[in-house]
Amino acid sequence: MLELRDLAFGYGAKTVGSGISLTLQPGETLCLLGPNGGGKTTLFKTMLGLLPPLGGRVLLDGADLATLPRRDIAKRIAYVPQAHAAFFPFRVREVVVMGRASRLSAFASPGPADHAAAERALTLLGIGHLSDRVYTEISGGERQLALIARALAGEPRLLVMDEPTASLDFGNQARVLGQVRRLSEHGIAVVLSTHDPGHAFLCADRVALLHGGRLAGLGAPAETVTPETLRLLYGVEVAVVPLPQSGRAVCAPVLP
Amino acid sequence: MSEVVAVAPARRRLAGWSLAVLPVLALLLLVLVSLGTGRYPVPLADVFSLLLSKALGLTSAVDPTAQTVVLQVRLPRVLGALVVGAGLAAAGATYQGLFRNPLVSPDILGVSAGASLGAVLGIVLTLPSAAIQGLAFAGGLGAVAIVYGVGIAVRRRGASDPVLTLVLAGVAVGALLGAGIALLKVLADPYNQLPAITFWLLGSLASVNRGDLGAILPAMLIGLVPLVLLRWRVNLMSLGDEEARALGVETRLIRPVLVAAATLVTAAAVSVTGVIGWVGLIVPHVARLLVGPDFRRLLPASLLLGAGYLTAVDLLARTVATIEVPLGILTALVGAPFFLWLLATAKRGWA
Repeated sequence: MLELRDLAFGYGAKTVGSGISLTLQPGETLCLLGPNGGGKTTLFKTMLGLLPPLGGRVLLDGADLATLPRRDIAKRIAYVPQAHAAFFPFRVREVVVMGRASRLSAFASPGPADHAAAERALTLLGIGHLSDRVYTEISGGERQLALIARALAGEPRLLVMDEPTASLDFGNQARVLGQVRRLSEHGIAVVLSTHDPGHAFLCADRVALLHGGRLAGLGAPAETVTPETLRLLYGVEVAVVPLPQSGRAVCAPVLP
Repeated sequence: MSEVVAVAPARRRLAGWSLAVLPVLALLLLVLVSLGTGRYPVPLADVFSLLLSKALGLTSAVDPTAQTVVLQVRLPRVLGALVVGAGLAAAGATYQGLFRNPLVSPDILGVSAGASLGAVLGIVLTLPSAAIQGLAFAGGLGAVAIVYGVGIAVRRRGASDPVLTLVLAGVAVGALLGAGIALLKVLADPYNQLPAITFWLLGSLASVNRGDLGAILPAMLIGLVPLVLLRWRVNLMSLGDEEARALGVETRLIRPVLVAAATLVTAAAVSVTGVIGWVGLIVPHVARLLVGPDFRRLLPASLLLGAGYLTAVDLLARTVATIEVPLGILTALVGAPFFLWLLATAKRGWA
């Protein structure tokens, strides 16, 4: 449903990466790995149409992203930014219903159907009890879940999540990754970035490695996440240890 | 559980209605008190029957002097306070949402500085008052147009955050306009013009007449229309440019519309009253504490509170001392301590 064709991306005149080609299938989960400052967020913003491509094209269901109005893009692709502190004390319910903006005309306010969609998203993520809480007063993990709920309220077919597990505690990381897995069961494709290569085994169908602004690898987690590729990406020795009877592996740095 | 869900909306609606009606009644009472109070006091009952008979087209039995004082002298002034206070507060609420900052006032993009320069120029050139108002209005709009233009030009050259660029451009242009005002003050005749300039920069409703109201009302209403229509989108704008766009909002279209609308309202307001600070900063704050940040409730709450606040302050301005106290002094004198009290006691954070 989303295709990157020989994409070059960056800010203004500064090119961060180039030569990126990949196609995303409906319901597929793609995990993007790369070092700090490697351009993961910039690539995401280009995939969302928030930054214009510096070369190549981004195609959404065959149409060039640059030719689509924002509403049409937002109906299909939802963005989950890193959990942030909001500026005004909106209630969680009010934040989540904002995900319906792409489904409403410019002068419209959300109606019962939109509030119902927001409630469904909150329930799906198991945070229905937070609905009346103030967004600025809940924890970082709860905010991240609320932002995922906001994205889902718009009933998108693709979720782009920028480091959804960053700044979350161990339990909340597992909870968010579990939700990501369940999304693909609902037919929603997910692209996410993470700093823990082990997360790729937990939720991804495919892994893309971003190194030096280019795709250094693309494929199933077991083939892409290896000690060699991780050394290339992060410049440290990493042990990739398979977990028995799960087909998964954990990654741990090896200190000299 | 289902019973609770069924009862809650009904109760909430009832509470919502009383919350909407009570402030309106309080504001009406304030207007009546304001019309009756002054050097020539008129009893509240007389003010009420006078307004009622006037509205129904009947002749009133109230003393003719009282009629003149209430209808000719005080009514335009009170209406002016209502309209200007409501407008400044609504513009402030809009700007605070757009710039995601609760410390933003309608002056952030230079509308007051531009209006001041226009008015001061008019005073120095000894133009008639209508021309001074026109220059102030044009100056306010012009200043924001320049700031917006500079913001766009700077962004083309690579700056990324459109909101921050606008604010910085506003600061720079505001400084230039301030220099222009200072220069004109130096050049102005110190016996006639300088006092007039000083009073204009402190704001007053004393000279507002029906003609002024007729002149600014259309501009204010036109400015309010987009704010009302786009009321829910203002919430999304407060998430920041990138997030709003990701959610499907055409911020490049909506931001200029909202800025133009809020600027039109502010420029129209200050063109007849002079600079009145604090209303656009503090009233949206109080409104947010009362009804929350949702602009669909924040806008009407700001309108009502702003109208009430300026009417009350103007009542003080003309009764508290034997001479009229300029509004700018009182809005700050009343507003600043209240603001500090809010900061110290408010439970809910806004930053």
